[in-house]
Amino acid sequence: MRYLPLNQSDRAKMQDVIGINSIDDLFADVPKNALNPAFDLPRQQSEMAVERALGEMAGKNISGGQGPFFVGAGAYRHHVPATVDHIIQRSEFLTSYTPYQPEIAQGTLQYLFEFQTQVAALTGMDVANASMYDGSTACAEAALMARRVTRKNRVVISGGLHPHYASVTRCNSELIGDKVVLAPANIKGDEDLIAMIDDQTSCVIVQNPDVFGHIRDLTPIAEAAHEKGALLIAVFTEVVSLGALQSPGAMGADIVVGEGQSIGNSLNFGGPYVGLFATRQKYIRHMPGRLCGQTKDADGQRGFVLTLSTREQHIRRDKATSNICTNSGLCALAFSIHMSLLGEKGLRTMATLSHEAACDAADALSALSGVVLLNDNFFNEFTLRLPKNAEQVAEDLAGKGVLGGVPGGRLWPEQEDLHNLLLVAATEMTSTEHIRKFVAALREVL
Amino acid sequence: MSMKPQGRPTAPIGTDPVKNGPTHTGNKALQIEEKLIFEIGDFRGTGVDFAQAKGLPPRLGGLARKDEIGLPGLSEPQAMRHYVRLSQKNYAIDMGPFPLGSCTMKHNPRLNEKMARLPGFADIHPLQPVSTVQGALELIDMLALWLKELTGMPAVAMSPKAGAHGELCGMMAIKAALVARGEADTRRRVLAPESSHGTNPATAAQCGFTVDDIPADKTGRVDIKAFKAMLGPDVAAIMVTNPNTGGLFERDIRQMADLVHEAGGYFYCDGANLNAIMGKVKPGDLGIDAMHINLHKTFSTPHGGGGPGAGPTVLSEALAAYAPVPYVVAKGKEFELVEKRSQGAETSFGRMTAFHGQMGMFVRALSFMMSHGIDGLKQAAEDAVLNANYVLTRLKAEMSPAFPGFCMHEALFDDAFLKDSGVETIDFAKAMIDEGYHPMTMYFPLIVHGAMLIEPTESESKEELDQFCDALLALAREAKTGKTDKFKAAPVFAPRRRLDETAAARKPVLRWVSPAQ
Repeated sequence: MRYLPLNQSDRAKMQDVIGINSIDDLFADVPKNALNPAFDLPRQQSEMAVERALGEMAGKNISGGQGPFFVGAGAYRHHVPATVDHIIQRSEFLTSYTPYQPEIAQGTLQYLFEFQTQVAALTGMDVANASMYDGSTACAEAALMARRVTRKNRVVISGGLHPHYASVTRCNSELIGDKVVLAPANIKGDEDLIAMIDDQTSCVIVQNPDVFGHIRDLTPIAEAAHEKGALLIAVFTEVVSLGALQSPGAMGADIVVGEGQSIGNSLNFGGPYVGLFATRQKYIRHMPGRLCGQTKDADGQRGFVLTLSTREQHIRRDKATSNICTNSGLCALAFSIHMSLLGEKGLRTMATLSHEAACDAADALSALSGVVLLNDNFFNEFTLRLPKNAEQVAEDLAGKGVLGGVPGGRLWPEQEDLHNLLLVAATEMTSTEHIRKFVAALREVL
Repeated sequence: MSMKPQGRPTAPIGTDPVKNGPTHTGNKALQIEEKLIFEIGDFRGTGVDFAQAKGLPPRLGGLARKDEIGLPGLSEPQAMRHYVRLSQKNYAIDMGPFPLGSCTMKHNPRLNEKMARLPGFADIHPLQPVSTVQGALELIDMLALWLKELTGMPAVAMSPKAGAHGELCGMMAIKAALVARGEADTRRRVLAPESSHGTNPATAAQCGFTVDDIPADKTGRVDIKAFKAMLGPDVAAIMVTNPNTGGLFERDIRQMADLVHEAGGYFYCDGANLNAIMGKVKPGDLGIDAMHINLHKTFSTPHGGGGPGAGPTVLSEALAAYAPVPYVVAKGKEFELVEKRSQGAETSFGRMTAFHGQMGMFVRALSFMMSHGIDGLKQAAEDAVLNANYVLTRLKAEMSPAFPGFCMHEALFDDAFLKDSGVETIDFAKAMIDEGYHPMTMYFPLIVHGAMLIEPTESESKEELDQFCDALLALAREAKTGKTDKFKAAPVFAPRRRLDETAAARKPVLRWVSPAQ
């Protein structure tokens, strides 16, 4: 077996040193009838054979690069510079552990410090943590944090929050005994959230742009929440939008969470992604997850360490702010490299190009007979109402080589009034030719 | 002593580089000091070339961003140097042994990286039509089959994103089962050994349970008598790691399972240490109800400096009906994705993450499993246990094992061998850094004084292990001679000396701030 360095002679010598006759002497504590059972699994294979088998499976999928691609709703297909994937595959990043020994992990620690700074700047907040699993779990953790900060237990969720984020959050909050109030899906972006906030409310969770693509002004919601002693949790699923839209921090958010996949990371069929989590300085001791901080070493040189670990499970156990341990370190690195290359200038251009592609697509698609654009404004994703079930339309489009968006039935399976909706996303990867093909295909399948 | 200038040292052997003082640059040959991106980058520059925007009127609802964001852009060569220099300040499994106990730092085959990057896996969207991702669903289903067969369990939830997330999945399923039984309000206690990972009590608390510690017996295992006495009608579950965090197999595990089941509770097994028993034992044969599997430990998806991981969670018949959505169901040659309750998931406890789990890790783990085959996985477990016992046996000569007898995949020592030397566990660990090794896990598990937990994994050759043991034996002998200065000063050859963690926590500096502010 190519991955195992010991040979039979090594094993025999080592058994002699240990003083055993058989390897199973080391498994003597295992109940006899549980040791060495039969398994119905194949035997080892060569690298070539494995590559062939997995290659066949991969070949059965239609990948984003094969044709026009307009799928979003929480994951976006942006261009990632080749440098990013090269760097994250360096052994010293790829095959290192959590930086618990900071003297020999300054590489990881310094990029985490840079990542935290980038995320804080993007969100307009004071501090960010070293990443969560993804946007949805970051959102759930934010609601739990609001409970700790406010000591209240009523979570108000906007009808514009991605329904999967809402489900994850509800699942976590109800588990601990919170009451979760979920506003109905709000296709126009005009819900009255303020009326839903009361004295028992720990937080209001609002996505911007919302899942239908509407751009929300968070300022009045923040003010209303603060008046009642609640926190505003601002959510984004498309981090590139922060290069075009007013930051959630500037609009008064107390916690900002979202998905960072768009920057540096592939679609990966949903994971691994990178959850971003930022908040105000005054709440840092309530934050979940790892934090990297600056300090000095014994020679007075600047260095970085994991810090405030008394919040974390390995120190505080059942009193920890979260059970999270492993996070999305390498995806955070990919994010940080890509963002370092982009800089503010590149990010703003990327955002503008994505917005313009969406504007072109929205105009061209809504010119089709029976197709209605629901948005007055949007960033790079908008919602169309089709004259028929969008799930079938998406299938038919795929048959024509166009991955044309996310149908309402996929996100709100139980709500039939939303099943004619199609969420359409564009990025800087979207070409005029892609839009032309999409329009032509949609005309045919409607 | 001077030497010939060609091919030989030009300075006398024994020169202490530490006393030579700093270089003009602060660099040390291959170790280049590197500033932050905010100190080297151009806040108006970019390292990415784009097409020109058209200048269309924005439709952003009047909420365009006007403030300066404050992100520097680095040219590609600047970025490349920045990250390569940073990388050279990291230790990694590709450089040498990474013997962190409970972390299973094994070799990461590059085939797995190549497979995960196939566009058919990496460039597909989680919400594409199901008909366009049949190969992806097939892969998830095949990995699920491997995991179920390896563990002898009937069901597996694939979506948890890491080990702790898998624990949460298992405990959520247990909570849902208790709700269905009408006992969620009465069964509020979870029992976990005092040697458990911190994630266990943290997870239980996150589910609204209170947690009580089960004491260990003299052999480092669960004290079965004490355990028995703690059981009652208020117990929801036990959370037990097996092999445990002392590297020992819980001999009485079946009895524990029977006892907790008789008391009406469930058995959550922490699968972090599965590497010791994969292909040797089916945890399902031991009576467990749920167990997460760290694909980033046992099945070698890279740790990546702290993640991403993946924590699929196997479930017993009693819990399977509560598994989270989404999941894959094979229907003949087609694969269906169950995302809604009406697809047969009426009793599901809900959703743990936005999409289907860590697909990138699934590909890597399956690639690892297929490469090994069942014979290779069994051999890997045996080699991991053999390596750990070899280290235990050799180090016994100078160091003090925490418990008598053999171990499983990791060897636990206490600090008794350092008694009265003035050297503490942390000093010993930091001295290992100077010898070119990543230290073992320190001060965990908590039941052992000054714990040192060594997990070599199956990836180490005998030669590498011998060098490692020689180094530790030499350090142990040196420590006992009372040469504390060297140990207290260590590390001196690393990119940084010991860092002031107290200062970092007292006045947290968690981001770069422009000196102008």
